[in-house]
Amino acid sequence: MASYLPTPDLSHLKSADYHNVYEPAEDSFLLLDALELEAPFLNDQLQPRWCLEVGAGSGIVSTFLAGQVLGSRAVDFGTCFVVTDLNPRALPVTQATWARNGLALHRLHCIQTDFIRGWRPAAQGFDVLVFNPPYVVTSPEEVGSQPRGRGGIDGRQVIDQFLPIVPTILSDRGVFYLVLIEQNRPQEIISIMRDQYGLLGSIVAQRKAGIEYLYIVKFSRDTSTT
Amino acid sequence: MRLLTHNMLQCHVKSCNDPALNFPLQFQEVELEQIEAEENEALLLNLVGKIDWPALVQTTSELGITGLPPTKPDVVKNDPALMKRLHEILLETNVAQGKMVCRGCGHSYPIKDGIPNMLLAEHEI
Ligand SMILES: C[S@@+](CC[C@H](N)C(=O)[O-])C[C@H]1O[C@@H](n2cnc3c(N)ncnc32)[C@H](O)[C@@H]1O
Ligand SMILES: [Zn+2]
Repeated sequence: MASYLPTPDLSHLKSADYHNVYEPAEDSFLLLDALELEAPFLNDQLQPRWCLEVGAGSGIVSTFLAGQVLGSRAVDFGTCFVVTDLNPRALPVTQATWARNGLALHRLHCIQTDFIRGWRPAAQGFDVLVFNPPYVVTSPEEVGSQPRGRGGIDGRQVIDQFLPIVPTILSDRGVFYLVLIEQNRPQEIISIMRDQYGLLGSIVAQRKAGIEYLYIVKFSRDTSTT
Repeated sequence: MRLLTHNMLQCHVKSCNDPALNFPLQFQEVELEQIEAEENEALLLNLVGKIDWPALVQTTSELGITGLPPTKPDVVKNDPALMKRLHEILLETNVAQGKMVCRGCGHSYPIKDGIPNMLLAEHEI
Protein backbone atom coordinates (compact mmCIF):
# COMPACT_ATOMS: atom_id res chain seq x y z
CA MET A 1 0.00 0.00 0.00
CA ALA A 2 1.73 3.17 -1.13
CA SER A 3 1.20 6.39 0.74
CA TYR A 4 0.36 9.28 -1.55
CA LEU A 5 -0.03 12.08 0.92
CA PRO A 6 3.38 13.29 2.09
CA THR A 7 4.26 12.26 5.63
CA PRO A 8 4.80 15.16 8.03
CA ASP A 9 8.19 16.86 8.17
CA LEU A 10 9.95 15.67 11.33
CA SER A 11 13.39 16.97 10.43
CA HIS A 12 13.37 19.24 13.50
CA LEU A 13 13.58 16.14 15.72
CA LYS A 14 17.00 14.72 16.44
CA SER A 15 17.94 11.31 17.75
CA ALA A 16 18.27 12.79 21.26
CA ASP A 17 14.56 13.72 21.12
CA TYR A 18 13.73 10.09 20.49
CA HIS A 19 15.28 9.08 23.80
CA ASN A 20 12.36 10.87 25.39
CA VAL A 21 9.56 10.64 22.85
CA TYR A 22 8.32 7.70 20.78
CA GLU A 23 10.00 7.62 17.39
CA PRO A 24 7.47 6.96 14.62
CA ALA A 25 7.72 3.37 13.50
CA GLU A 26 5.78 0.91 11.33
CA ASP A 27 2.77 1.15 13.64
CA SER A 28 2.65 4.93 13.24
CA PHE A 29 3.03 4.66 9.46
CA LEU A 30 0.30 2.04 9.12
CA LEU A 31 -1.97 4.38 11.08
CA LEU A 32 -1.15 7.20 8.66
CA ASP A 33 -1.96 4.90 5.72
CA ALA A 34 -5.27 3.95 7.32
CA LEU A 35 -6.19 7.60 7.88
CA GLU A 36 -5.30 8.32 4.28
CA LEU A 37 -7.60 5.50 3.13
CA GLU A 38 -10.29 7.00 5.32
CA ALA A 39 -9.82 10.50 3.88
CA PRO A 40 -12.89 10.39 1.60
CA PHE A 41 -15.08 9.23 4.49
CA LEU A 42 -13.62 11.80 6.88
CA ASN A 43 -13.86 14.72 4.48
CA ASP A 44 -17.10 13.99 2.68
CA GLN A 45 -19.21 12.24 5.29
CA LEU A 46 -17.96 12.76 8.80
CA GLN A 47 -16.62 16.31 8.52
CA PRO A 48 -15.28 16.17 12.08
CA ARG A 49 -15.47 19.18 14.41
CA TRP A 50 -13.56 17.67 17.33
CA CYS A 51 -10.65 15.25 17.02
CA LEU A 52 -8.72 13.64 19.86
CA GLU A 53 -5.47 11.77 19.74
CA VAL A 54 -4.51 9.96 22.92
CA GLY A 55 -0.77 9.31 23.18
CA ALA A 56 0.49 11.98 20.78
CA GLY A 57 4.18 11.07 20.94
CA SER A 58 6.05 13.04 18.26
CA GLY A 59 2.79 14.51 16.96
CA ILE A 60 3.15 12.78 13.60
CA VAL A 61 -0.39 11.39 13.58
CA SER A 62 -2.26 14.53 14.63
CA THR A 63 -0.17 16.59 12.21
CA PHE A 64 -1.00 14.19 9.39
CA LEU A 65 -4.69 14.17 10.26
CA ALA A 66 -4.91 17.96 10.55
CA GLY A 67 -2.49 18.91 7.80
CA GLN A 68 -2.76 16.23 5.16
CA VAL A 69 -5.93 14.18 5.59
CA LEU A 70 -8.29 17.04 6.43
CA GLY A 71 -6.00 19.85 5.29
CA SER A 72 -7.85 22.99 4.30
CA ARG A 73 -11.15 21.23 4.98
CA ALA A 74 -10.30 21.31 8.70
CA VAL A 75 -10.27 25.10 8.43
CA ASP A 76 -13.64 25.08 6.64
CA PHE A 77 -15.15 22.73 9.22
CA GLY A 78 -13.64 24.72 12.10
CA THR A 79 -12.10 21.51 13.40
CA CYS A 80 -10.46 21.53 16.82
CA PHE A 81 -7.75 19.06 17.77
CA VAL A 82 -7.02 17.79 21.26
CA VAL A 83 -3.96 15.69 22.01
CA THR A 84 -2.89 14.10 25.26
CA ASP A 85 0.08 12.16 26.51
CA LEU A 86 1.26 10.91 29.89
CA ASN A 87 4.76 11.85 28.87
CA PRO A 88 5.23 15.62 29.35
CA ARG A 89 7.98 15.72 26.70
CA ALA A 90 5.60 14.56 23.99
CA LEU A 91 3.46 17.70 24.12
CA PRO A 92 6.01 20.43 23.30
CA VAL A 93 7.37 18.09 20.64
CA THR A 94 3.88 17.74 19.16
CA GLN A 95 3.49 21.52 19.13
CA ALA A 96 6.85 21.84 17.39
CA THR A 97 5.78 19.27 14.80
CA TRP A 98 2.57 21.18 14.13
CA ALA A 99 4.48 24.44 13.75
CA ARG A 100 7.13 22.82 11.56
CA ASN A 101 4.39 21.68 9.23
CA GLY A 102 2.77 25.08 9.04
CA LEU A 103 -0.26 24.30 11.20
CA ALA A 104 -1.82 26.93 13.44
CA LEU A 105 -1.35 26.14 17.12
CA HIS A 106 -4.56 27.81 18.30
CA ARG A 107 -6.46 24.85 16.87
CA LEU A 108 -4.42 22.39 18.94
CA HIS A 109 -5.07 21.72 22.62
CA CYS A 110 -2.30 19.80 24.36
CA ILE A 111 -2.93 18.27 27.75
CA GLN A 112 -0.68 16.14 29.90
CA THR A 113 -3.00 13.50 31.27
CA ASP A 114 -3.97 9.86 31.42
CA PHE A 115 -6.17 9.21 28.36
CA ILE A 116 -8.44 12.31 28.50
CA ARG A 117 -9.02 12.48 32.26
CA GLY A 118 -9.87 15.97 33.47
CA TRP A 119 -11.82 16.89 30.32
CA ARG A 120 -15.33 17.97 31.31
CA PRO A 121 -17.87 15.23 30.54
CA ALA A 122 -20.34 17.79 29.14
CA ALA A 123 -17.70 18.96 26.66
CA GLN A 124 -16.96 15.49 25.36
CA GLY A 125 -18.17 14.09 22.09
CA PHE A 126 -15.22 13.57 19.79
CA ASP A 127 -15.92 12.83 16.15
CA VAL A 128 -12.52 11.29 15.54
CA LEU A 129 -10.60 9.45 18.22
CA VAL A 130 -7.16 7.97 17.52
CA PHE A 131 -4.94 5.90 19.78
CA ASN A 132 -1.72 4.11 18.96
CA PRO A 133 -1.32 2.57 22.43
CA PRO A 134 1.56 0.89 24.13
CA TYR A 135 0.67 -2.55 22.76
CA VAL A 136 3.92 -4.50 23.16
CA VAL A 137 3.73 -7.63 25.33
CA THR A 138 5.87 -7.07 28.45
CA SER A 139 5.82 -7.98 32.10
CA PRO A 140 3.04 -6.19 34.02
CA GLU A 141 5.58 -4.22 36.07
CA GLU A 142 6.87 -2.49 32.97
CA VAL A 143 3.59 -0.75 32.06
CA GLY A 144 4.10 2.98 32.07
CA SER A 145 4.89 6.02 30.05
CA GLN A 146 8.27 5.11 28.62
CA PRO A 147 8.62 6.45 25.10
CA ARG A 148 8.82 2.86 23.86
CA GLY A 149 5.36 1.40 24.34
CA ARG A 150 4.93 -1.25 27.02
CA GLY A 151 1.60 -2.94 27.25
CA GLY A 152 1.99 -5.56 29.98
CA ILE A 153 0.26 -8.94 29.74
CA ASP A 154 -0.75 -9.64 26.11
CA GLY A 155 0.05 -5.97 25.52
CA ARG A 156 -3.49 -5.33 26.72
CA GLN A 157 -3.15 -3.53 30.04
CA VAL A 158 -3.37 0.03 28.75
CA ILE A 159 -5.77 -0.87 25.93
CA ASP A 160 -8.19 -2.59 28.31
CA GLN A 161 -8.26 0.45 30.58
CA PHE A 162 -9.14 2.66 27.65
CA LEU A 163 -11.91 0.58 26.04
CA PRO A 164 -14.64 1.45 28.61
CA ILE A 165 -13.84 5.16 28.19
CA VAL A 166 -14.37 5.10 24.41
CA PRO A 167 -18.19 4.99 24.34
CA THR A 168 -18.35 7.85 26.86
CA ILE A 169 -16.21 10.24 24.80
CA LEU A 170 -17.25 9.39 21.25
CA SER A 171 -19.87 11.61 19.63
CA ASP A 172 -22.94 9.94 18.14
CA ARG A 173 -21.35 9.81 14.72
CA GLY A 174 -17.84 9.43 16.06
CA VAL A 175 -15.21 6.95 14.88
CA PHE A 176 -12.29 5.49 16.79
CA TYR A 177 -9.08 4.24 15.14
CA LEU A 178 -7.00 1.88 17.27
CA VAL A 179 -3.61 0.31 16.53
CA LEU A 180 -3.27 -3.34 17.61
CA ILE A 181 -0.96 -6.27 17.06
CA GLU A 182 -1.89 -9.93 16.69
CA GLN A 183 -0.91 -10.71 20.33
CA ASN A 184 -3.51 -8.19 21.55
CA ARG A 185 -6.21 -10.45 19.99
CA PRO A 186 -7.98 -7.90 17.77
CA GLN A 187 -11.02 -10.15 17.23
CA GLU A 188 -11.56 -10.45 20.96
CA ILE A 189 -11.36 -6.65 21.31
CA ILE A 190 -13.88 -6.25 18.49
CA SER A 191 -16.25 -8.63 20.34
CA ILE A 192 -15.84 -6.77 23.64
CA MET A 193 -16.58 -3.45 21.98
CA ARG A 194 -19.66 -4.83 20.26
CA ASP A 195 -21.11 -6.80 23.18
CA GLN A 196 -20.34 -4.40 26.01
CA TYR A 197 -20.36 -0.97 24.38
CA GLY A 198 -22.39 -1.31 21.18
CA LEU A 199 -19.48 -0.25 19.00
CA LEU A 200 -18.90 -2.05 15.73
CA GLY A 201 -15.31 -2.71 14.74
CA SER A 202 -13.70 -3.52 11.42
CA ILE A 203 -10.11 -3.83 10.27
CA VAL A 204 -9.23 -0.98 7.91
CA ALA A 205 -5.54 -1.78 7.43
CA GLN A 206 -3.11 -4.55 8.35
CA ARG A 207 0.52 -5.27 7.65
CA LYS A 208 3.33 -7.54 8.72
CA ALA A 209 6.27 -5.46 9.93
CA GLY A 210 9.25 -7.47 11.15
CA ILE A 211 8.04 -9.71 13.93
CA GLU A 212 4.81 -7.74 14.44
CA TYR A 213 1.53 -8.22 12.64
CA LEU A 214 -0.16 -4.84 12.87
CA TYR A 215 -3.83 -3.92 12.57
CA ILE A 216 -5.77 -0.69 12.45
CA VAL A 217 -9.29 -1.27 13.72
CA LYS A 218 -12.04 1.30 13.22
CA PHE A 219 -14.99 1.44 15.62
CA SER A 220 -18.26 3.31 15.32
CA ARG A 221 -21.62 3.18 17.03
CA ASP A 222 -24.02 0.45 16.02
CA THR A 223 -26.93 2.54 14.78
CA SER A 224 -28.96 -0.44 13.58
CA THR A 225 -30.24 -1.26 17.07
CA THR A 226 -31.09 2.21 18.32
CA MET B 1 -2.58 26.73 26.51
CA ARG B 2 -5.26 28.94 25.06
CA LEU B 3 -7.91 30.18 27.47
CA LEU B 4 -10.37 27.91 25.67
CA THR B 5 -8.68 24.79 27.03
CA HIS B 6 -9.35 25.91 30.59
CA ASN B 7 -13.10 25.96 29.89
CA MET B 8 -12.92 22.26 28.95
CA LEU B 9 -11.14 21.07 32.10
CA GLN B 10 -12.39 20.22 35.56
CA CYS B 11 -11.01 18.67 38.72
CA HIS B 12 -11.17 14.90 38.53
CA VAL B 13 -9.95 13.89 41.97
CA LYS B 14 -12.17 10.96 42.83
CA SER B 15 -13.64 12.32 46.06
CA CYS B 16 -14.20 15.76 44.50
CA ASN B 17 -17.53 15.49 42.76
CA ASP B 18 -19.51 18.59 43.64
CA PRO B 19 -20.21 20.07 40.21
CA ALA B 20 -20.63 23.50 41.77
CA LEU B 21 -17.03 23.42 42.99
CA ASN B 22 -14.92 21.23 40.71
CA PHE B 23 -15.45 23.54 37.72
CA PRO B 24 -14.24 26.04 36.67
CA LEU B 25 -10.77 25.70 38.12
CA GLN B 26 -9.38 28.92 39.53
CA PHE B 27 -6.33 30.42 37.87
CA GLN B 28 -3.50 31.43 40.18
CA GLU B 29 -0.16 33.08 39.51
CA VAL B 30 -0.80 33.04 35.80
CA GLU B 31 1.33 34.59 33.13
CA LEU B 32 -0.84 35.61 30.19
CA GLU B 33 0.24 36.60 26.71
CA GLN B 34 -1.60 37.49 23.51
CA ILE B 35 -0.64 35.47 20.45
CA GLU B 36 -2.22 36.55 17.21
CA ALA B 37 -4.26 33.88 15.43
CA GLU B 38 -6.15 33.87 12.17
CA GLU B 39 -9.87 34.42 12.63
CA ASN B 40 -12.10 31.56 11.58
CA GLU B 41 -15.84 31.85 11.94
CA ALA B 42 -16.50 28.12 11.67
CA LEU B 43 -14.00 27.36 14.41
CA LEU B 44 -15.38 30.04 16.69
CA LEU B 45 -18.98 28.89 16.26
CA ASN B 46 -17.85 25.34 16.90
CA LEU B 47 -16.27 26.48 20.17
CA VAL B 48 -19.23 28.58 21.21
CA GLY B 49 -21.28 25.38 21.00
CA LYS B 50 -19.04 23.69 23.53
CA ILE B 51 -18.04 26.36 26.00
CA ASP B 52 -19.70 26.81 29.35
CA TRP B 53 -20.64 30.48 29.21
CA PRO B 54 -21.07 31.22 32.94
CA ALA B 55 -17.69 29.61 33.65
CA LEU B 56 -16.08 31.68 30.92
CA VAL B 57 -17.62 34.89 32.29
CA GLN B 58 -16.50 34.03 35.82
CA THR B 59 -12.96 33.17 34.75
CA THR B 60 -12.45 36.19 32.54
CA SER B 61 -13.71 38.51 35.25
CA GLU B 62 -11.32 36.92 37.75
CA LEU B 63 -8.51 37.58 35.29
CA GLY B 64 -9.65 41.16 34.70
CA ILE B 65 -10.63 40.46 31.09
CA THR B 66 -13.73 42.37 30.01
CA GLY B 67 -16.11 42.53 27.10
CA LEU B 68 -18.37 39.50 27.49
CA PRO B 69 -22.10 39.71 28.17
CA PRO B 70 -23.09 37.91 31.41
CA THR B 71 -25.41 35.54 29.54
CA LYS B 72 -24.82 33.86 26.24
CA PRO B 73 -26.58 35.72 23.42
CA ASP B 74 -28.96 33.60 21.36
CA VAL B 75 -27.12 34.28 18.13
CA VAL B 76 -23.46 35.03 18.58
CA LYS B 77 -22.88 34.90 14.85
CA ASN B 78 -24.73 38.15 14.11
CA ASP B 79 -22.58 40.18 16.46
CA PRO B 80 -19.20 40.83 14.79
CA ALA B 81 -17.82 42.76 17.78
CA LEU B 82 -18.61 39.87 20.12
CA MET B 83 -17.17 37.33 17.67
CA LYS B 84 -13.95 39.33 17.58
CA ARG B 85 -13.78 39.60 21.36
CA LEU B 86 -14.42 35.85 21.74
CA HIS B 87 -11.65 35.14 19.26
CA GLU B 88 -9.25 37.31 21.25
CA ILE B 89 -10.25 35.74 24.54
CA LEU B 90 -10.55 32.07 23.63
CA LEU B 91 -7.95 31.64 20.93
CA GLU B 92 -5.43 34.46 21.29
CA THR B 93 -5.05 34.57 25.06
CA ASN B 94 -2.35 32.10 26.01
CA VAL B 95 -1.60 30.95 29.53
CA ALA B 96 2.15 30.45 29.53
CA GLN B 97 2.67 29.57 33.20
CA GLY B 98 0.61 29.26 36.33
CA LYS B 99 -1.74 26.87 37.98
CA MET B 100 -5.40 25.94 38.08
CA VAL B 101 -6.69 25.31 41.58
CA CYS B 102 -9.84 23.37 42.43
CA ARG B 103 -12.38 25.32 44.53
CA GLY B 104 -13.65 22.03 45.95
CA CYS B 105 -10.62 20.08 47.13
CA GLY B 106 -7.79 22.56 46.63
CA HIS B 107 -5.89 20.36 44.19
CA SER B 108 -3.50 22.42 42.09
CA TYR B 109 -2.96 21.57 38.42
CA PRO B 110 0.23 23.20 37.13
CA ILE B 111 0.62 24.85 33.73
CA LYS B 112 4.21 24.76 32.52
CA ASP B 113 5.33 26.27 29.24
CA GLY B 114 1.72 26.42 28.17
CA ILE B 115 0.94 22.76 28.89
CA PRO B 116 -1.60 21.94 31.62
CA ASN B 117 -0.81 18.90 33.72
CA MET B 118 -3.98 17.07 34.74
CA LEU B 119 -2.24 13.96 36.07
CA LEU B 120 -3.18 12.86 39.58
CA ALA B 121 -1.34 10.76 42.11
CA GLU B 122 -2.46 7.13 42.43
CA HIS B 123 -4.44 7.75 45.65
CA GLU B 124 -6.44 10.62 44.13
CA ILE B 125 -7.82 8.61 41.21
C1 LIG C 1 3.15 3.76 20.59
S1 LIG C 1 3.38 5.47 21.11
C2 LIG C 1 2.51 6.32 19.79
C3 LIG C 1 3.03 7.71 19.50
C4 LIG C 1 2.46 8.38 18.26
N1 LIG C 1 1.01 8.56 18.36
C5 LIG C 1 2.79 7.55 17.03
O1 LIG C 1 1.85 6.90 16.51
O2 LIG C 1 3.94 7.55 16.60
C6 LIG C 1 2.27 5.54 22.51
C7 LIG C 1 2.16 6.91 23.19
O3 LIG C 1 1.11 6.86 24.16
C8 LIG C 1 1.52 7.47 25.34
N2 LIG C 1 0.69 6.88 26.41
C9 LIG C 1 0.80 5.66 26.98
N3 LIG C 1 -0.18 5.47 27.89
C10 LIG C 1 -0.94 6.60 27.87
C11 LIG C 1 -2.09 7.02 28.60
N4 LIG C 1 -2.66 6.24 29.52
N5 LIG C 1 -2.60 8.25 28.36
C12 LIG C 1 -2.03 9.07 27.44
N6 LIG C 1 -0.94 8.71 26.72
C13 LIG C 1 -0.40 7.50 26.94
C14 LIG C 1 3.00 7.20 25.43
O4 LIG C 1 3.66 8.13 26.28
C15 LIG C 1 3.40 7.33 23.95
O5 LIG C 1 3.71 8.65 23.62
ZN1 LIG D 1 -11.13 19.01 43.29
